Amino acid sequence: MNDITAGTRTAHAAADTPLLDVRGVTMRYRGTRGQDVIALRDISLTVRAGEFVALVGPSGCGKTTLLSIIAGLAQPSEGTVALRGDPAAPRLGHIGYMPQRDLLLPWRKALDNATAGMEVRGVSRKEARDRARGLFQTFGLAGFERAYPAMLSGGMRQRVAFARTVLAGGDVLLLDEPFGALDALTRASLQRWLLDIWGSLGATCLLVTHDVEEALLLADRIYVLSPRPGRIRLESRVPLERPRRAEMLARPELAALKADLLAALVDEAIAQESEVTQ
Amino acid sequence: MSTDTRHSPLREDQAPTVGSSEAPVRETLLAPTALSARRLAFRRGARERSWRVGRAALPAVILLAALIALWQWYASQPSVDPQLLPTPVAVWTSLVAQRDILWYHTLVTLNETLVGFAVALVAGVLFGTAIDFSPVLRRGLYPLLVTSQTIPIITLAPLLVLWFGFGLLSKSIVVLLVCFFPITVALSDGLRASDPELIKLYRSFGANALRIFWSVRLPGALPSLFSGIRIAITYSVIGAIFAEYVGASAGLGFYIELQQHSFATAGVIAAIVVTAVLSVALFLATTLIERIALPWYYLQDRSGGA
Repeated sequence: MNDITAGTRTAHAAADTPLLDVRGVTMRYRGTRGQDVIALRDISLTVRAGEFVALVGPSGCGKTTLLSIIAGLAQPSEGTVALRGDPAAPRLGHIGYMPQRDLLLPWRKALDNATAGMEVRGVSRKEARDRARGLFQTFGLAGFERAYPAMLSGGMRQRVAFARTVLAGGDVLLLDEPFGALDALTRASLQRWLLDIWGSLGATCLLVTHDVEEALLLADRIYVLSPRPGRIRLESRVPLERPRRAEMLARPELAALKADLLAALVDEAIAQESEVTQ
Repeated sequence: MSTDTRHSPLREDQAPTVGSSEAPVRETLLAPTALSARRLAFRRGARERSWRVGRAALPAVILLAALIALWQWYASQPSVDPQLLPTPVAVWTSLVAQRDILWYHTLVTLNETLVGFAVALVAGVLFGTAIDFSPVLRRGLYPLLVTSQTIPIITLAPLLVLWFGFGLLSKSIVVLLVCFFPITVALSDGLRASDPELIKLYRSFGANALRIFWSVRLPGALPSLFSGIRIAITYSVIGAIFAEYVGASAGLGFYIELQQHSFATAGVIAAIVVTAVLSVALFLATTLIERIALPWYYLQDRSGGA
């Protein structure tokens, strides 16, 4: 009896609860001089299955802290993070977390780097390698399976790291400024590449960035975070159909949205600046 | 030393088919020309390197030859007593004449060195790891280890010979004491330097501390461990010879002492030359093993750590 109600509840929940539900997350820690520092204040956001959400904020707004909390790497001082509606669900090992640096192990060949996450989960070596080989094909990395990371270009390393994230995290991906460390040209081509690849992956993405255009190009929905303490300042939907192209950003309604997002970002940055100088 | 072809990134038959790949990747992204240039540079590097090594050794060889020539010239002056300073030619003659005996003593010394070194390696790895795992052990052991290194081995060696006899044991213990410290410190420093972000990434995979140690921290500490091993192996032969010098029935140190007692200066210098060659040979062997064990490290080195 109990089982049945529980079953229907989860089935019902799966239909309309977001894949990721961050509710009232606040992060406080003790600073070096013993004062209380608030890194994040009352953050609530949702990511639905199959959605691409971008989190835009100035540097130092606690974006990385928030991603660490969502990935399960840090515990919030207050608030909850629910995965598929369950705040108690384990998230370590069930969410693909991709830091800004590619963090490839230099002693492992490209393919063995891509299988690292599956290896920890206990997937058999053969199965892991087969799946990684498949992704290498899709990611345009075929032929580089046996290359050491030092032999790959920055863009290729980032794609190997992305393959590793996809293979480790299944369908929930947290991307922490994945293109931040790349030069402008590689960055632009990787953004286009991610646009192309994302549809076929069927994954849910939460992307952290400080680049408004990147967020507009890639995301379905955008949250703007204020500087420390990070708060959600603005949430807006990107009115663009898929597949997307960079030219779409030139549309008038997009230009207006971009101006709004930038204003939200810059206002806060200036406000903080004057606070500091006073 | 040409192990390069083995580490060649891509064999001809698996050349990347980037251009023809059906992957939704734009040409600009992969820049095939830049990539093949990279591969070419890698191959060319292999050939150039042996030439570079030769060129790099040249100044040292010339300088050594000049010093030996100067020594030969000075030692053959009538005012110089050949008993006090034999010529290089006399040293060479002694070396050739005594080659069988020298070979026997070299093997004895080599055996003591390798036994002591092997034990030091095992102990060093165990202690280096233990220190890393427990902050309490670090605080307890580290000062003791450092203090142990301030005791001159010269004062300890006679006691060790007294306690453990004239044979292999006392010599290997001296070697162990000399080698243990650099290996332990190098490994523990290497483990300490693990990238915290890499550890965080592995935690996001759901990895526990043991898995992180095996997959991330230990492999990352190997270059540092090898630095310690190279320092240790250089000192190890000196340790063995010194212990033999204090009291032994065989070995290069014993041979040197014997030659000294009979005022055979040429024999002393011949044995010193053998000692130096032995040390350098062990050093080179270590470097070779490192190159085979950590091909990725040298790869990184060459491309500027990119």
